[in-house]
Amino acid sequence: MKVLVPVKRVVDYNVKVRVKADESGVETANVKMSMNPFDEISVEEAIRLKEAGKATEVVVVSIGTAQSQDTLRNALAMGADRAILVEADGEVEPLAVAKILKGVIAEEEPGLVLLGKQAIDDDSNQTAQMLGALTGWPQATFVSKIELGDGSMEATREVDGGLETIKVNMPAVVSVDLRLNEPRYASLPNIMKAKKKPLDTKAAADYGVDVTPRLKTLKVSEPPARAAGIIVGSVSELVEKLKNEAKVI
Amino acid sequence: MDFALTEEHNMIIESARAFVEQELYPFEDEVEKTDQIRPELYESIKQKALEMGFYAANMPEELGGGGLDTVSLTLLEKELGRANFGLQYIVARPSNILQACKGEQVDNYLLPTIRGEKIDCLALTEPNAGSDVRSMECRAERDGDHFVINGTKHFISHADVADYVILFAATGVEDTPRGPKKKITTFLVDMGTPGFTVEQGYHSVSHRGYHNCILNFDNCRVHESQILGEEHRGFDVANEWLGATRLSVAAMCLGRAERALEIATEWAATRKQFGKPIGKNQGVSFKLADMALELKAAELLTLYAAWKDDNGGMTDTDAAMAKLKATEMLQMVSDEAIQILGGMGLMDELPLERIWRDHRVERIWDGTSEIQRHIISRAMLRPYEQ
Repeated sequence: MKVLVPVKRVVDYNVKVRVKADESGVETANVKMSMNPFDEISVEEAIRLKEAGKATEVVVVSIGTAQSQDTLRNALAMGADRAILVEADGEVEPLAVAKILKGVIAEEEPGLVLLGKQAIDDDSNQTAQMLGALTGWPQATFVSKIELGDGSMEATREVDGGLETIKVNMPAVVSVDLRLNEPRYASLPNIMKAKKKPLDTKAAADYGVDVTPRLKTLKVSEPPARAAGIIVGSVSELVEKLKNEAKVI
Repeated sequence: MDFALTEEHNMIIESARAFVEQELYPFEDEVEKTDQIRPELYESIKQKALEMGFYAANMPEELGGGGLDTVSLTLLEKELGRANFGLQYIVARPSNILQACKGEQVDNYLLPTIRGEKIDCLALTEPNAGSDVRSMECRAERDGDHFVINGTKHFISHADVADYVILFAATGVEDTPRGPKKKITTFLVDMGTPGFTVEQGYHSVSHRGYHNCILNFDNCRVHESQILGEEHRGFDVANEWLGATRLSVAAMCLGRAERALEIATEWAATRKQFGKPIGKNQGVSFKLADMALELKAAELLTLYAAWKDDNGGMTDTDAAMAKLKATEMLQMVSDEAIQILGGMGLMDELPLERIWRDHRVERIWDGTSEIQRHIISRAMLRPYEQ
């Protein structure tokens, strides 16, 4: 079984992001970029499936500028076998990503698509669900445990108030949550091998997808600064302030 | 001129940083306080280093090593250098000189050392032979097809965990235009060879958990097949293989300085006195600028030397400048970092006091700062010599 793992290049989670002066978005020039952490988890899971003999090939795909090659090389260094870069400039919205992935799926015919549940830059959390709808494949979202069966899989999902286990038929679209696994760091030999692994470059147009954004960003602004707290002198003062100032009781 | 790091370089840095933060940092406190590394801890870190392929990263790929070029190795060692020295050295970089192994030496020493089954140590220094290493008194006298070794070596790093020593001993005297000169031969001597004993060395202010030892040779007999390289040609082997160790010292100083600067910067940005972060005072912020400047200068010198080494042109001056600048930079950066933190900088809650203590040996070993300046100026003045 082939596993397809889409990965996204995002601002590194350690970076304290800054809003651009013209409020058109977040500053990405000279900022450290990395693989979306949820995608690292899906790459890790795919490699583990291969190591366990349950997958035969791990193919990673990224949609973005040429620099997304770095992210793909990273996935190859972790242990993926092959990479596809679908070049597209500017912001590509979840629906366009899902449409391109549908095209990639038609070519690659994977038995499983493992995606991060969301990207930490726009936090959309839409691509997996849209891809499930477009392909007509069963979907399992926010998955924290995967058990492959014969022609189906059991997925444990993190839902409000607990865990839910569902059974889906394969092929399926799965979006992974934080607790599925702890991604590995690339070992030195795998880093050296990564550059010899195949990386194909395609264009969004190859899949007949128009990536023009359907949404217009009007303004991006910093969250409001938190006001300083105050220290109250007594319980009665606290109650008085909660009643009359904060008006919460 | 291209100063950009490659994708592989960045991946090596990221993996090494994660390894150092996850596998080494958690044990720093223990090692600093006990001055010991528990054998189980040593083994488990070694296994992880082997799995990650960082072990023997300096050795050629065809021998089972990491096969890193000097720039990549420098970047790796910079990251490793952030951690306690004893812990980071578990991720061994066997002495490059072992690549001079021939015949059975390859299977008995070189390959097991790369695989982590044996640990090497290197013995040059003696109580009366420091910078003037050729004045060594430890001697090996031929007796048939054996050599009889007598003498003492000291300051021999990690001999307490080593399985064998790469030993330099005098095997005679030759007349040269500049007077008589000792002939030196390199031997591979196993721990436990009769007449060879190792004792714990001195307690150093630097590098807790990483010990120096005293080696005593009393009529220790070794077979001539234990000669590394050729008889009387010990310094030729050393010169061929040991040049890059100065870059190792430089690289590890860079990592340590970077860590100290990160701590100092965060402190300056968040520590409030007189109603504002102390970094808003130029007395503090200018220190940060100078520290960053010195670190960058040392890093450029070190990577430049490494790049020249990869391209076949590193001179003694290049290595000496990198080592000199990086070690003296660390003195300045670690001291100023403590100054910015004030009293808290001296406490062992933070790694700063350790980095400050550890920097001291870096200006001494692998050639003192004065020897490095001698190497640099000697090359400058040589064209004018009559």
